[in-house]
Amino acid sequence: MLALPLAWLVIVYFGSLFVLLLSAFWDTDPFTAEIVHTFTLENFQKIIETQVYRDVAWRTIQMAVFVTIADIVLAFPIAYYMARVASRRRRNLLVVAVLLPLWANYLVKAYAWRTILSEGGVINCALEPFGLSFDGYSTVGLWLVFTYLWLPFMILPVYAGLERIPASLLEASADLGGRSFTTFRRVILPLAFPAVVAGSIFTFSLTLGDYIAPGLITSEQFIGTVIYNIRGQALPTAAAYSMVPIVVVIAYLLVARKLKAFESL
Amino acid sequence: MSHAPDIRIRGLVKRFGDVTAVDDVDLEIERGEFFTMLGPSGSGKTTTLRMIAGFEIPDEGSIELAGRDVSRLPPYERPVNTVFQDYALFPHMTVAQNVEYGLMVKRVAKDERRRRAAASLEMVRLGGYGARKPAQLSGGQRQRVALARAIVNEPQVLLLDEPLGALDLKLRQEMQIELKRIQQEVGITFVYVTHDQEEALTMSDRIAVFHRGRIEQIGPPAEVYEHPESEFIAGFVGVSNVIEREGRRYTVRPEKIHVLADGAQAPDGVRVEAGTVRDVQYVGPVTRYHVTLDRGGELQMLAQNLEEGSMEVLASKGRRLRLQWRPEHESVIVETEEGNA
Repeated sequence: MLALPLAWLVIVYFGSLFVLLLSAFWDTDPFTAEIVHTFTLENFQKIIETQVYRDVAWRTIQMAVFVTIADIVLAFPIAYYMARVASRRRRNLLVVAVLLPLWANYLVKAYAWRTILSEGGVINCALEPFGLSFDGYSTVGLWLVFTYLWLPFMILPVYAGLERIPASLLEASADLGGRSFTTFRRVILPLAFPAVVAGSIFTFSLTLGDYIAPGLITSEQFIGTVIYNIRGQALPTAAAYSMVPIVVVIAYLLVARKLKAFESL
Repeated sequence: MSHAPDIRIRGLVKRFGDVTAVDDVDLEIERGEFFTMLGPSGSGKTTTLRMIAGFEIPDEGSIELAGRDVSRLPPYERPVNTVFQDYALFPHMTVAQNVEYGLMVKRVAKDERRRRAAASLEMVRLGGYGARKPAQLSGGQRQRVALARAIVNEPQVLLLDEPLGALDLKLRQEMQIELKRIQQEVGITFVYVTHDQEEALTMSDRIAVFHRGRIEQIGPPAEVYEHPESEFIAGFVGVSNVIEREGRRYTVRPEKIHVLADGAQAPDGVRVEAGTVRDVQYVGPVTRYHVTLDRGGELQMLAQNLEEGSMEVLASKGRRLRLQWRPEHESVIVETEEGNA
């Protein structure tokens, strides 16, 4: 029964990953840009030694970190309200409201943000009376877009994590003398932490790998856009460069597992 | 010295939507008492306990602890601690951290915290378990940790919400003795909620029987058991055994009823009723007879299996016999409202 989907996973998914990994060790003919099937470490050497590649990788990781932080800050109160405050009716309404954007096409949302961030867009219209303006097609603009795009991926696991905390634990904390803030810091936060880490896996890795939103919003280069741009002339270099997010995400997953994030997915 | 009782509850009412969970409850509990609130589920006993703890705010009435009205105070400002039915141990903390939690919140110095937590764990016979996580403990051990975590704070009143409900019979009986010992050791007032009448009879100084949001009877275990004031109590604390004679409704406990030997003369002043054995249950040390009386009604009686074997006993089904009991063992049922156990 499972053979077919398993075969699909192994052959198509891991197979193509393997080919990608393999092609990172191939060479290119400097004149024709043709791929030469000879083993070389030059591609890795290039992405490590070239300043631009390092800068772009660092910028992308920073972006992923800041998007994750923003999503945690935004998602936690929303998820908390949904899980512990809202009535059942309002909670269901909010779950649908959080899920709804996920059903809309990613490109549509990205283009919508392009309009929002544009010179004549909503944000600048709102700022104009104060004599201010905001360059939406910037790294900060992109940060807003990513934060919006991946927010549901943070809200849902945190909501589930908060909902799983038995009410009696909060009562026990209050019973033992803990005020709301103490209960929050000593009981709710530590118990919800794995769920936050679980959500951050999404926000972090999705930001790290995205190549469409950066291209639409800003001219700044990110790992995804670089790979996209150089894949034609230097496929092996692009393949080697794609190892960067893969390695970073694997490292992130290992840390997440240490923090018991997978138990709360 | 003030003579205010440890807990004084007056006119307590709590409604959930259309349902009145607690309906005008009055109660006084003395210092150092082991007080049990007994009743079936939905009788209002747990809601009353939760109002004493501060998890629910009463709609009407007041709760005083040693003369101070706490009805509207949040749980963290009340000098009570609770042992929860599901224990509610913090899963991310060790046993020691759990027990120290209340002291830590109150900013008790670390050394003292350690010392008191260790002493408290020692009292529940869990010395040396401090470094474990709750998940590494058995149900009975978790129960003890929950108890230690509550008494370490030396509360004025300890509230216990069916704390033994999740344990198996043997462990439960052990813990009953244990709880009683601890209560006597620390001298704290215990308010204990249970639906298990045997548990209530074994441990309590006094019992309040709850029914439909009200207290039907308060008294020492023996009094509640031997002189139930309502048919509901007769049935809930034991078996109901209610018959009606000359407009008097009363109940007789099954173990107070004996068989009058054939042809024997009944002693003076003893009640005698003839009947037929409808059913027999052999329960090891005793046998339970269900006897249909000729004058109407049915009584259960218990006989010790001193001589008879199970075969003889079971063969008595359908037999005619005469029952006797002493009038002072009759307990008159006041209300005529139908009680359902």
